[in-house]
Amino acid sequence: MSMQDTILSVDRLTVRFDASPPLLQRLLTGAGRRAVHAVEEVDFEIGRGSTFALVGESGCGKSTIARTIAGIQPPTTGAVSFMGVDISGFRTRHAALPYRRNLQMIFQDPYASLNPRWRVGRIVAEPILTHKLMTSGAALTERIAELLSVVGLSPADARKFPHQFSGGQRQRISIARALASNPAFIVCDEPTSALDVSVQAQILNLMKKLQRELGLTYLLISHNLAVVAHMADRMGVMYLGRLVEQGDAGQILERPLHPYTRLLLDTVPDPRAPNRSRARLSGEVPSPLAPPSGCAFHPRCPLANERCSREPPQPIRVGAAWVSCHAVEEGRLPSPTRENDQRPARTGDAA
Amino acid sequence: MSALLKVESLRVEIAARTRILTAIDEVSFEISEGEILGVVGESGAGKSVTGTAVLGLLEKPAYQAGGRILFGGQRIDTLGEDALRTLRGKEIAAVFQDPLTSLDPLMTIGDQLVETIQTHLPLKAGEALERAGQLLAEVGIPAPRERLRSYPHELSGGMRQRVVLALAFCCEPRLIIADEPTTALDVSIQAQILDLLRRMCRERGTAVMLVTHDMGVIAEATDRVAVMYAGRIVEIGPTATLLVGASHPYTRGLMASIPDMRRREVELTQIPGSMPRPDAPVSGCAFHPRCSIAEARCSVERPDDVVIGPSRVACWFAGDTSRSVAR
Repeated sequence: MSMQDTILSVDRLTVRFDASPPLLQRLLTGAGRRAVHAVEEVDFEIGRGSTFALVGESGCGKSTIARTIAGIQPPTTGAVSFMGVDISGFRTRHAALPYRRNLQMIFQDPYASLNPRWRVGRIVAEPILTHKLMTSGAALTERIAELLSVVGLSPADARKFPHQFSGGQRQRISIARALASNPAFIVCDEPTSALDVSVQAQILNLMKKLQRELGLTYLLISHNLAVVAHMADRMGVMYLGRLVEQGDAGQILERPLHPYTRLLLDTVPDPRAPNRSRARLSGEVPSPLAPPSGCAFHPRCPLANERCSREPPQPIRVGAAWVSCHAVEEGRLPSPTRENDQRPARTGDAA
Repeated sequence: MSALLKVESLRVEIAARTRILTAIDEVSFEISEGEILGVVGESGAGKSVTGTAVLGLLEKPAYQAGGRILFGGQRIDTLGEDALRTLRGKEIAAVFQDPLTSLDPLMTIGDQLVETIQTHLPLKAGEALERAGQLLAEVGIPAPRERLRSYPHELSGGMRQRVVLALAFCCEPRLIIADEPTTALDVSIQAQILDLLRRMCRERGTAVMLVTHDMGVIAEATDRVAVMYAGRIVEIGPTATLLVGASHPYTRGLMASIPDMRRREVELTQIPGSMPRPDAPVSGCAFHPRCSIAEARCSVERPDDVVIGPSRVACWFAGDTSRSVAR
């Protein structure tokens, strides 16, 4: 079943980084090649006008996926297709330009992502000039003023430098720059992680308003599950390069299936429930240089058995979500899984 | 329980090029033995400066301009550098956000622990090493004996922070100042580290001042919490009371602006504007330009602390239940 209007589809995406010792050392010591398995066989689709969130701990591969979609990191195997075009086929910067006009990015650190020597007006104008959407002149000045107003800044701010703004205001400048080329799709990599909560609320509200008004599609990369709960229509949970669970965000947050998702949700501190006692996720994420056999989560999983350490689980559908877990498949999960099976799917799913 | 740390009307100023800025003003709080006090606020609110002042580590151009800091009944803000250095590490320990800045990259974990132990306790090298191994086991490091020979870069972020905790606890301090100890870590590791901190201080009666910007960490680990805004404590009280029924409009706004995992709203409550910087102070109550219930008086007179049950609130309308923060 495909979505009514898929804007981006990621098909069996795998990204590996070569982490081998140098050739001479390999020859002398007989050491083999080694690869970091950053992203392994990831599939998902994003519907136009919706928000898809990728969550997971650091090193799980979520930012690598964002970079691959943004065209910064070529995939090792698999395909990323955006508005019907396979982006991994682009060989030159020139070929990728029309695609990049429709796909922009907002980064985590608003201090590092804005050129400190450029005035705000020039920063916001850059995508317009790069894509030759306008030439400099009165119309461009007007467009910059409009973009700054849209993100809640004043047109007069165009003459200032980034250092004259607070973190939240800088993130507004980043958003104005991302909007400048009229994109359909924005990759937001931890857009509010560097901000204080009261400012985070301002930026999240702005992002939602822009989505409603401009019909934007967001890929939201975040480790903050509360932010994801607020923003996402659908979500994917990543562990060690793989999507272990994906589907309707409401269902996953209310009734998580994968043991990792459950423990992750249980681990998140809740300011509204002080000092609650919770299950703990013990141990640490293993090295992506040597991922565990079978299901990568099995060394930390309370439900793991012999099969989990041997055979990687395949995704199965439960309600409006897909989950890759033997325990779910075998019904070993203490859960309301059965009821979910009868619930009609609320949204389409990546097939 | 008696107060182990008592901070009275602390004032910290910064000598800028042309004038003097106030970083901390009239900050007063106490921490008892075995208690974890959270200090929360946005960046620039003065929470780290407060911790630094208690440690006696304020550096030019910042200096203490008023107030007293008492530790175990004795003033420590007037001590000389040597006396302070003895106090730090032995009686008062510090844990910072980035474990790599607290660890020497060129020394093994074991050597660093042994050095710290021998600086403060009269132990022989063998005994100190024995104790170092025990500490690593206590903070949950697998294979502690082998790890003593590891260098910091060989450990993961979570493991490094455990080593820093072991260093902090190695001389049985009575007070630990932990400044954003889990901010650089993933949630699952954060929970492990907070558990560890809480368990260690419960078992040993250590007092902790936990500085953080994260209300989740406050909810998770603290007994009482002080909310800072623009260099002042606007509200201080028991964590359970304060998180559920805050009195200060800033605290209420802060709580409301955190997205709720269980309830999806169309729009989050937001506090308009941003916190005033020390170089552009605001008259009266520093929060009044962003406050939805502010009146003329708030922009002129600075509110005094009002005691409401177990809490202390600096707001003219504290306890006035007819006013609520609405937006």
